[in-house]
Amino acid sequence: MQQKHQGAADLTGDASFVRIDQLTKRFDEVAAVDDVSIDIRKGDIFALLGSSGCGKSTLLRMLAGFETPTAGGIFLEGVEISQLPPYERPINMMFQSYALFPHLTVFENIAFGLKRDKMPKDQIAERVEAMLNIVQLKPYAKRKPHQLSGGQQQRVALARCLAKSPKLLLLDEPLGALDRKLREQTQFELHNIIKKVGVTCVLVTHDQEEAITMADRIAVMSNGRFLQVGQPHEIYETPNCLFVAGFIGDVNLFKGTVEVDEPDHVVIGTPECRHFVSHGITGTLDMQVSIALRPEKICLQEHEPTIEQRESAQEHGYNCARGMIDAVAYFGKFTLFHVKLDSGMVIKATRENAARHEETQLVRGQRVYAWWDGSDVVVLTN
Amino acid sequence: MIAGYIFLYLPIVTLIVFSFNDSKMVTLWGGFTFKWYGVIAHDTEVLDAFKLSLKVALMSATASVLLGTLAAFAMVRYKSFWGRTAFSAHINAPLVVPEVITGLSLLLFFVFCERLFGWPDRGILTIWAGHTSVGMAYAAVVIQSRLLEMDKSLEEAAMDLGCKPFQVFTLVTLPMIAQSLLAAWLLTFTLSLDDVVATAFLSGPGSTTLPIVILSRARLGLDPTVNAIATITVAVVSVGVFAGSLWLNRQETRRAAEQAAAYREGMQHAVAA
Ligand SMILES: Nc1ncnc2c1ncn2[C@@H]1O[C@H](COP(=O)(O)OP(=O)(O)OP(=O)(O)O)[C@@H](O)[C@H]1O
Ligand SMILES: [Mg+2]
Repeated sequence: MQQKHQGAADLTGDASFVRIDQLTKRFDEVAAVDDVSIDIRKGDIFALLGSSGCGKSTLLRMLAGFETPTAGGIFLEGVEISQLPPYERPINMMFQSYALFPHLTVFENIAFGLKRDKMPKDQIAERVEAMLNIVQLKPYAKRKPHQLSGGQQQRVALARCLAKSPKLLLLDEPLGALDRKLREQTQFELHNIIKKVGVTCVLVTHDQEEAITMADRIAVMSNGRFLQVGQPHEIYETPNCLFVAGFIGDVNLFKGTVEVDEPDHVVIGTPECRHFVSHGITGTLDMQVSIALRPEKICLQEHEPTIEQRESAQEHGYNCARGMIDAVAYFGKFTLFHVKLDSGMVIKATRENAARHEETQLVRGQRVYAWWDGSDVVVLTN
Repeated sequence: MIAGYIFLYLPIVTLIVFSFNDSKMVTLWGGFTFKWYGVIAHDTEVLDAFKLSLKVALMSATASVLLGTLAAFAMVRYKSFWGRTAFSAHINAPLVVPEVITGLSLLLFFVFCERLFGWPDRGILTIWAGHTSVGMAYAAVVIQSRLLEMDKSLEEAAMDLGCKPFQVFTLVTLPMIAQSLLAAWLLTFTLSLDDVVATAFLSGPGSTTLPIVILSRARLGLDPTVNAIATITVAVVSVGVFAGSLWLNRQETRRAAEQAAAYREGMQHAVAA
């Protein structure tokens, strides 16, 4: 998977448009960013995802030039920039608070950076006009920031960054200050604008949904380090550790030991059932492992799964546990079931409500079989 | 509440009423007159003192705001420098040290300097220095609180958009703190205008300020001219304060209304979309 991705990157070129090389930032001995290396492709939206205090803002601020790295380097198109002051970097940042200048109008805010570049007046007007068109705020040019709603302010902030045609755009929690209702819509607008302009972008967020919908690649951060870097579906479908599996979306975790270890499949025994995994793992017999299984991969039904239902005949008798439905929550698009397995473990399973009354209704207290495919099982060996 | 108001304002009202009293006796009403205002208009002592007061207040308010701004910046922007705690204590000291002590120590200092260098004579310069040392502390506090509440990312954004540090200050920081600079200026101006204690120590024979004149005259016995001078002062100050707060209030309400309008509009958009 990883290799295929790299190959695709080379075709478009600029695979390491931004290179972060062993970057470290310590605040009084505490490493906020700890030996991070990454290449960011030109035109990508790269998301830094992590919980509060994991160092994502610090990393972003080093890119912008507000913090000087303790060690390591930052290269933009091969040029080392980590020692340049912010005003000499071809990089612009959108702040979480937007940081619009309250004493200036929308027009003046967007023109602010262009004036610093000594751009001629008529060109500034043209450029600002173009930016206002992109963010659809043309009628608001003469307003002051406090006369705008939150969503509009956010777009002015974006326009102000894009006006200078930066080589790299930095977004710190771009939707953090918006109402929930506005967020989803704004997410798509923001994504579309960035893609239309084609600017390379590093985005900081603690919201996994935001990262998944907006980013081309995601780095999951914890304690100043990257735990996993990959495309959204890679991070979601094949997390490489417990933290990533638990951080992105819901997950059921089983603990067990490796019983059969073949190159093309393994069997892992847990108290709930025996898991047939249809790919090899880097592990040894009798090793302790965790198994991650997404709720939407689990099927619930009254009768035992038949061989025909199975992905392959080999799996028959594996990947299946009996239990009782403990709780049912209807979410419209899907229904969430809590199933108490006979081992005592409670798992989550979801079922999409694609058609009305498509399947038999499952109710609380009903005995069911919970089963899944061997290819959907993720084995976490650490 | 009402008692409080009476306690606060009745003396002032009395003072104003009696400034129009056509009788040398301050406590006896002798009919309405403007004559005391005429008298002070030709009283060179009062006029000179008034001019000096204004001059000193203008100078010390300006100097206080300049120095106060620098001090406030040092305190807010540089979180750790050698001797920061001591510096902060020094800035705030004039606020808590009794003015008598400030005045006395400054007097001793100036006398000492005069003995050594033959300079400065006590007069406008020494008063100015004294007022500034107190005013600067007040100005620093006012400006510091404004700087603290200012979103730091505004300055970062300016730098991000290409401002060098000096441009950040002139283009963003200064406009942001302008109101507090004005407030600090007005505050130190009034402080200087009615200061008696420090001034008493620092003024020389040919240079007295208006409050000192009022005080010394009042001490010689109540005098209707004093009432007249005081009434003028009250009038000037209250018109100034009233106009100032009215203007600030207007700003506030307008801002709030515009913000509310923007919010409503935003909600409509959200609903429509
Ligand atoms: N200027 C600073 N001085 C000292 N410590 C700092 C400073 N800035 C950040 N830190 C510390 O570095 C760590 C990472 O901070 P950072 O702001 O990068 O986290 P974050 O991932 O952005 O978190 P959040 O989601 O809460 O914004 C934190 O432990 C924080 O306390
Ligand atoms: Mg942060």
